[in-house]
Amino acid sequence: MKKLFNIIDQYKGVLPSALMVGIFMLIPILIIVVYSFMIPNPNGGGRTGFSFDFFQKLFFCRDLFDNLVFSTGYLKIFFRSMWISIIAVIVSLLVGFPVAYYIATQNADRRNFLVLLITIPFWTNLLIRTYSWILVLRDTGLVNSMLISSGIINEPITLLYTEGAIILGLVYTYVPFMILPIYASLERLDIRLIEASRDLYTTHWGALRYVVIPLAMPGIIAGSILVFIPSIGAFIAPELLGGGKNLMLGSLVQLQFSSGRNWPFGSALAVIIMAIVLIALLIQARNSRKNGTEIVH
Amino acid sequence: MSNSKILQADIKISKSKDIRSLPGFSWFTLSFFIYLYLPLMILVFFSFNSSSSATVWEGFSIDWYFKAFANDDIQRATKNSLIIAVVSTFFATIFATMAALALSRNRKIKHKPMFMGLIILPLMVPEIVTAVATLTFFSTIGLSLGIGNIIIAHTVFCIPFAYMPIRARLQSMDKNLEVAAQDLYANKWETLRLITLPILVPGIFSGAMLAFIISIDDFIITLMVAEAGSNTLPIYIYGLVRKGITPEINAISTILLIISIMFVTLSYWIGKKR
Repeated sequence: MKKLFNIIDQYKGVLPSALMVGIFMLIPILIIVVYSFMIPNPNGGGRTGFSFDFFQKLFFCRDLFDNLVFSTGYLKIFFRSMWISIIAVIVSLLVGFPVAYYIATQNADRRNFLVLLITIPFWTNLLIRTYSWILVLRDTGLVNSMLISSGIINEPITLLYTEGAIILGLVYTYVPFMILPIYASLERLDIRLIEASRDLYTTHWGALRYVVIPLAMPGIIAGSILVFIPSIGAFIAPELLGGGKNLMLGSLVQLQFSSGRNWPFGSALAVIIMAIVLIALLIQARNSRKNGTEIVH
Repeated sequence: MSNSKILQADIKISKSKDIRSLPGFSWFTLSFFIYLYLPLMILVFFSFNSSSSATVWEGFSIDWYFKAFANDDIQRATKNSLIIAVVSTFFATIFATMAALALSRNRKIKHKPMFMGLIILPLMVPEIVTAVATLTFFSTIGLSLGIGNIIIAHTVFCIPFAYMPIRARLQSMDKNLEVAAQDLYANKWETLRLITLPILVPGIFSGAMLAFIISIDDFIITLMVAEAGSNTLPIYIYGLVRKGITPEINAISTILLIISIMFVTLSYWIGKKR
């Protein structure tokens, strides 16, 4: 007993935080892992018992005669989520790299100011930022009314409720996660390396291709992972900009816990998202060990 | 060539261009910032629209703000949001300060990387996973405290946001000050109270502000954990957006945006102060 008090005394500083996160986050995650193997209860929650029900549900559905038939419905949602997230990462990289490079080449005062400009939207409400795109994209929105009044089109084109709109929303909300790590790796770049490559008769673009990009690689990998992780579990962008018809994993999980009333299946989907994220984080850990960079928020 | 001419040529070269600059990148960056801020500006702009359309301009008015303030549901949601944010920020900041002090000053603590990993765990787990895991946990243990459930959930994910600036401040401070205080016979607590904490104050404020914004803006976790009657502002806004778009949404959103931007700028400014 005395030993226990000693331990508590020794660790009292970290205990409140560790207990909060441990009890209300780590244990809940372990619980949904258990839940994913339970039998669904039609009134919500799960019954005790062990099953691979979720696994079956992922690949099959029951037809009119209660036979199992192979079904691609949920797999489609899974692959759509992966696909949309990967495109969002690629677009973020194409957009984010030039911006990060430009910021890194400015003087210190301007650099700090531009970085602040990039981080401010990150701290504003995700829901509101996504909602603001509805105002831009909808049939009577900014883009369509501009195109119509300039005579380019007569009928509004459908921009909202498409996969493109979801990708646009994801890039919009998560591109700072791409820019900041790339900027961090470019900020330390030794300018003499570029000078040396130019002395050896490379062009602007040659220096970029053979000197800058290889040196920015740790930042690029970190940024890609930081954009991918929130995209794969995204809920707001698919709901508001995809109109609920281009379902992604995040919405599917939410559905299972609200109207779907299949908590074990929802838990299983959440565990799948968690596993994908874990793999991404392991890749990042290897990346940072190799290059000595850490993710900086 | 005369000296002045050489000098002029020199200036020309140094002015001509940074060797790193690439054609088109500055224009691209400018367009990027327009892309980043234009949708938000449109939202703010149409919150002052006199007609009930959120996208067709008809004249200036601030009626929508009055309407929003007078709305009972909005008042209730705002009250909930503020209570949750203030209480969670309070606890998260205290816990984070204790943890940061312990992890950087207490040599007796073992497994520091493990504790640090645990504290920043909420940053790594996707929000939707946290949301359903917390919901499942609360329902499994039968915890039903109304707003209390949301406060617990918020405190957990606010801890890392409060922790980061405090830890940064602790690492950058001059440790000799503490050593000097102890040389002058200050005990552990006196050193903490008279030296470390006063220096740490900007970091603590900066962290508290970030925690506050994160709590007041949270949507998914609150959506899943909230029971009937404990709506917060973002959840109320989400409900409105699903029904249809009105300038009233723009007005509430604008207020939330201003709060966030104010707090993050303050946090940045305080955090930078020496």
